[in-house]
Amino acid sequence: MFKNFMSWIEYRMPFMEKMNLHVLQYPAPKNFNFWYFFGSLAMLVLVNQILTGIWLTMNFVPTAEGAFASVEYIMRDVDYGWLLRYMHSTGASAFFVVVYLHMLRGMMYGSYQKPRELLWIFGMLIFLVLMAEAFMGYLLPWGQMSFWGAQVIISIFGVIPVIGDDLTLWIRGDYVISGATLNRFFALHVIALPLVLVVLVFLHIIALHEVGSNNPDGIDVKRPNDGQKIEDNVSDKFTFHEYFTKGGKKIIVDAIPFHPYYTVKDIVGVVGFLFIFCWVIFFAPEGGGFFLEPPNFEPANPMKTPDHIAPVWYFTPFYAILRAVPDQLFGAIFMFLAILFLALLPWLDRCPVRSVRYRSTLHKLNLANFVISFVILGILGVLPATPTYTLLAQIFSFTYFAYFGLLWFYSKNEKTKPLPVRLS
Amino acid sequence: MSNAPVDHGRRRFLTIATSVVGGVGAIGAAVPFIASWNPSEKAKQAGAAVTADISKLEDGQLIRVEWRGKPVWIVKRTPAMLESLSKVVDKLRDPASEEPQQPDYAKNDHRSKKPEIFVAVGICTHLGCSPTYLMKDFDAQVEGIPSGFFCPCHGSTYDMAGRVFSGVPAPKNLMIPPYMFVDDTTILIGEDEGTA
Repeated sequence: MFKNFMSWIEYRMPFMEKMNLHVLQYPAPKNFNFWYFFGSLAMLVLVNQILTGIWLTMNFVPTAEGAFASVEYIMRDVDYGWLLRYMHSTGASAFFVVVYLHMLRGMMYGSYQKPRELLWIFGMLIFLVLMAEAFMGYLLPWGQMSFWGAQVIISIFGVIPVIGDDLTLWIRGDYVISGATLNRFFALHVIALPLVLVVLVFLHIIALHEVGSNNPDGIDVKRPNDGQKIEDNVSDKFTFHEYFTKGGKKIIVDAIPFHPYYTVKDIVGVVGFLFIFCWVIFFAPEGGGFFLEPPNFEPANPMKTPDHIAPVWYFTPFYAILRAVPDQLFGAIFMFLAILFLALLPWLDRCPVRSVRYRSTLHKLNLANFVISFVILGILGVLPATPTYTLLAQIFSFTYFAYFGLLWFYSKNEKTKPLPVRLS
Repeated sequence: MSNAPVDHGRRRFLTIATSVVGGVGAIGAAVPFIASWNPSEKAKQAGAAVTADISKLEDGQLIRVEWRGKPVWIVKRTPAMLESLSKVVDKLRDPASEEPQQPDYAKNDHRSKKPEIFVAVGICTHLGCSPTYLMKDFDAQVEGIPSGFFCPCHGSTYDMAGRVFSGVPAPKNLMIPPYMFVDDTTILIGEDEGTA
């Protein structure tokens, strides 16, 4: 009966065919470690954001007069409104934690290298849209930091020569940030950008499944089939979709089907993640003032500037670079370059070896330099811009950019370790 | 169906021509979507520049006009008031107007285009109250200085150029709006030579 039904479906739509291709008979390298949790976790958080977001719109009022009060209404009077709201606001920070770790994984194991350049570019586009999504979402509660944070970020566009002022006017739709701005940010935040985000995630996964997942050793699991038997090949036990074996022309080595092996593994990641996520939601939903900043519990007041305006933590590394440069225009350019250089990694890194495991000590140190610079810039972006902190921000902006320059320089003739033949 | 050979030149021309016409159509269709983001008529009206007649302004007098929902002051400063500006410099938080609280043409000692005519947004930079103009009784706040602005909410004080005194809650000097003299007796507030 069920079998008949399935074949009825299959005849009209290739459901099982696609399930086999992307899930049941998709070969994934057998040595995925901790760092490979964050792709599926990002999907989980995306679903969380969409679901809680839809429920929040049911009570949110996107006007300058109503927004702040409607968020308080959700928090106090709507059944479980506080939970939906905290799941959404904490989810935003969780999204960036997960995405930053996901990106670091790609940098560690050279997952951006050929043939995964386009996969990496789609990932960077997702990151950009995510930043826009987070920025616009943060205006919606119409608190003091919503208002003044948006003021600062929109004014960044004002430094563009000639068109800057008109551009900021166009973005705001008013001479100051007003209900017009709030209403359009709401539309973009709940409809336009989520649609773009979902399409980009789809393309990211399609591109991933075409080139196959990289792995901590950075060597290929699909090899030309020369007819030789490969010893102890776990892949012999499984059937993989013929799309990946190209009708026997390729042999799959040391890979296992995505389901059930990595679905089960990812569940472990999900449980671990939810453990931490729930703890934050229930015991520290404001994230110590980093997820929801204290001035945001006060309604937006265009007449009163808070003493210290800092963006939410996930923007602070780039904000620190913006402030480190004395000239406003160049500050904005350098902030933009900080993201652009990440997108250009596939072409800046000229080393044929992917994984940090088999690369030079210099590369390991340089990657450590990048991580340290990024974290310290993140801390500096939260702090007020005193002369000492500005100097530090300048130093670490320099080391941040030095990562890319050095990488380009040494990666051409890098002294690497020999690659293993098989996955370890 | 004719069996005439395919004319590739003609086919290419038609493809390009169709693409160009279609592209122009797409650009045209984008116009309303992009233009709808401009400030609406309502927003433009609320943000429009206002004129003020200063022909009847007497020495030391302050008048208020409303611009974008905020009170804007116009004061005709007396020579004594202008003289007092240099006396208070060491008591001010930002005497040289380093903070971008004014257009470039007001970044001077008297924070105005014409020395005697002072234009400022009358909103305290602390919590948005409107300070009181004390024409004669300001020395109760700052000794030896007869006139200035005093915010009754939390006691912030500003000199006759809207510069904030140090040691008060307000962090910044009063905001100077863009403005221009249409003629000797008329000021346009909200627009200047640069934006008009």
